[in-house]
Amino acid sequence: MSAVAESHSQEHHHGPASGITRWLLTTNHKDIGTMYLIFSFAMFLLGGSMAMVIRAELFQPGLQIVQPEFFNQMTTMHGLIMVFGAVMPAFVGLANWMLPLMIGAPDMALPRMNNWSFWLLPCAFLILVSTLFMQGGAPNFGWTFYAPLSTTYGPPSTTFFIFAIHIMGVSSIMGAINVIATILNLRAPGMTLMKMPLFVWTWLITAFLLIAVMPVLAGVVTMMLMDINFGTSFFDASGGGDPVLFQHVFWFFGHPEVYIMILPAFGVISHIVSTFSRKPLFGYASMVYAVGAIALLSFVVWAHHMFTVGIPLTGQLFFMYATMLIAVPTGVKVFNWVATMFRGSLTFEAPMLFAVAFIILFTIGGFSGLMLAIAPADFQYHDTYFVVAHFHYVLVPGAIFGIFAAAYYWLPKWTGHMYDEILAKTHFWLSFVGMNLAFFPMHFLGLAGMPRRIPDYALQFADFNMVSSIGAFLFGATQLLFLFIVVKCVRGGEKAPAKPWEGAEGLEWTVPSPAPYHTFSTPPEVK
Amino acid sequence: MRVHTKRTLPVVAVASLAAPTSVWADWTMNMSPGVTGTSNQIFSLHMTILWICVAIGVVVFGVMFWSIIAHRKSKGHKPANFHENTVVEILWTIIPLAILVAMAIPATATLIDMYDTSEAEVDIKVTGYQWRWQYEYINEDFGFFSSLATPRDQIENRQAKGENYLLEVDKPMKVPVGKKVRLLLTANDVIHSWWVPALGVKKDAIPGFINETWTRIDEPGIYRGQCTELCGKDHGFMPVVVEAVPQEEYDQWVAEQREAAEQERLLTEKDWTMDELMERGEQVYASACASCHQSDGSGSPPAFPALKGSAVATEDRAAHIDIVVNGVSGTAMQAFGSQLSEVELGAVITYERNAWGNNTGEMVTPQDIVDYLSE
Repeated sequence: MSAVAESHSQEHHHGPASGITRWLLTTNHKDIGTMYLIFSFAMFLLGGSMAMVIRAELFQPGLQIVQPEFFNQMTTMHGLIMVFGAVMPAFVGLANWMLPLMIGAPDMALPRMNNWSFWLLPCAFLILVSTLFMQGGAPNFGWTFYAPLSTTYGPPSTTFFIFAIHIMGVSSIMGAINVIATILNLRAPGMTLMKMPLFVWTWLITAFLLIAVMPVLAGVVTMMLMDINFGTSFFDASGGGDPVLFQHVFWFFGHPEVYIMILPAFGVISHIVSTFSRKPLFGYASMVYAVGAIALLSFVVWAHHMFTVGIPLTGQLFFMYATMLIAVPTGVKVFNWVATMFRGSLTFEAPMLFAVAFIILFTIGGFSGLMLAIAPADFQYHDTYFVVAHFHYVLVPGAIFGIFAAAYYWLPKWTGHMYDEILAKTHFWLSFVGMNLAFFPMHFLGLAGMPRRIPDYALQFADFNMVSSIGAFLFGATQLLFLFIVVKCVRGGEKAPAKPWEGAEGLEWTVPSPAPYHTFSTPPEVK
Repeated sequence: MRVHTKRTLPVVAVASLAAPTSVWADWTMNMSPGVTGTSNQIFSLHMTILWICVAIGVVVFGVMFWSIIAHRKSKGHKPANFHENTVVEILWTIIPLAILVAMAIPATATLIDMYDTSEAEVDIKVTGYQWRWQYEYINEDFGFFSSLATPRDQIENRQAKGENYLLEVDKPMKVPVGKKVRLLLTANDVIHSWWVPALGVKKDAIPGFINETWTRIDEPGIYRGQCTELCGKDHGFMPVVVEAVPQEEYDQWVAEQREAAEQERLLTEKDWTMDELMERGEQVYASACASCHQSDGSGSPPAFPALKGSAVATEDRAAHIDIVVNGVSGTAMQAFGSQLSEVELGAVITYERNAWGNNTGEMVTPQDIVDYLSE
């Protein structure tokens, strides 16, 4: 509590409450951000340990460790926990911590709702995870829960799963409303929309996506709830319903959802690349327009997940063209990042390492996405390991590396200490090698004909599966190192200055490190 | 497998992974060009888009690595200060757009061709069940189920795995070479997806819907694939096997199948002994029931109840027949009345009532089933 607190000493300042009530009742954006981040890392480890079970079973052909019923529960829970428990809350945590600091606001606009949005999450996941211990087991129909496998043929715990999704949806929608209210109302004087940092821009757009599609998810699970418990037939063909309707509604949510998981990372990477290149971001305006374009296009491409369900030829063509179009704004972003690095003065601290890996590996995931967009070729790729490789390439080095990059970038601001650079670089290289070893061979498996979501496979897939499992174990074990690095950084380490990175820009670096409990009680002036 | 060695080379280069010298003759890294016109068109689209991606990757990553190596602070490089360039920005929007349009043209042509199911010479209705496929030759009056033939012992690692582990069935779908075969796909329970990579055909089988697709196989051979839509616990255990044979062989096979179907109908009227029913019932049980209720009748509760010693299989006989024929709605228990013949139904119910210590001594003959169905 130095510079800022002293310069506003006439105001009444108080620190956090003590004990458990600090965390239960807090309305402070930094506390809530911290809780979101801790929760998301806990879920990351839980979802990750399920991935370890999956990879252990797939280490060799034959059934060794788990039976198919349990294997399906693991793939389902892994997906749900990683998407809704790890990635989304991590970005909300980053938003909570950083948005007010980046726009010069004292807190989020709706602090009490903020508290509630967070505390709903542990409740939702308690319900979801408890299904593992129920009779009949946890949901076993994949994270996409296609009807009628999830309705007529679902386990009894499906109703609990639906309730958990509802609660997560409420939490996400409230979080998104809070982000929009904060960004639109609490910016420091002089910070026009086109002066906002990119992380703020990408989160603003992400929040609109969330508000648009989370109710659609709530709708589709409610229809399931009715089909299961109240005798309706939305998705039951024998009652006049339509199983394909489920997929249309689900993917109308599902496709924007994948951009929800990546757009905030685009923002983070833009800051980090510029900082460690010691050069302003290339094409700020086109970055903003590109994110907007990606968000708009994300609403008209959903059926590319459904090329094999038998939609009419004209529909097929429309969704193919629209999907291919997304490559254009995404390409613009990648070109801008590379142009930012070009003729900069580059250093490679941990955040930059993760950011550079993000650009390379996310682009590879983008390439396989472009391949998947070609509808006739998709007939061969669809529901094989090629798809698994594709979305892990955009989500692991995309969303997850983006989050790691952000964590290392802002840890000095959060804790007041520098993290251990050598350990962090070790974390990066082990993650990088493990991740590529785990997911690159999946491209070959898919092209060679291995379907996804199978607990056992034909012999010609054995070698690459073993390589993939070894990579996955390496990647999984490495994440415990991250926990150690963060704990070590919180407990001590070299004192961090207010602006620990030479090339960094933005309001968050004008407050001391660690950021005081209350910041920007008087808004700063932006020129 | 003749194509593999040749075709894997580009991908090896892309992946910059050294391929271990061939201890494993059979593994591949790339899509197979397949044996149909469609699959070859798909393969060429796949390779085109792959090389486009590689080319873009080389340019973008080339510039990036140039910066990473040459523009380091540790080498004393001073940062430039440019942050926009309208011409460059317009160029790198327009050029990718042009590439995409160029790519969309052949993709559209292929897609239009794939959707043309007219003028087929053979029609086969394919129905997905949990967890096997039914093939009905709708103009020939016969049909059959095709189930996994890999023994449980291989899956549970008690026995060495065979060459076609998990990709073998008791009875493959046969088609004539060089003829346009139209497939009508649907499902009985959940959504399945019928895929044979070498044919370039993948289409979802959806309950309540009939999807159409087609194939024309140019070379005789056996082509293997799998279900590709998660359909429950044995999703990984319902392979697709297609055998393409010359026309004469196909005609002969069709004649045999029609004959066999006729024989099966006659069997209903035969006088069955307990031993005959038990023997037939054990076969039917293994292919239709054992995946859920287990070969020893122990089931896997609660989803799949035990039959061994259960009330259903030891008490009221009429109720037992009813459950097997009509299923139990809202559960995984299917209605087998439409899947099994009267002979098979009678045999399997007899088997369930007399195996594993369920010694009711009761016989259910095919005639009993006929009587039950006509009530």
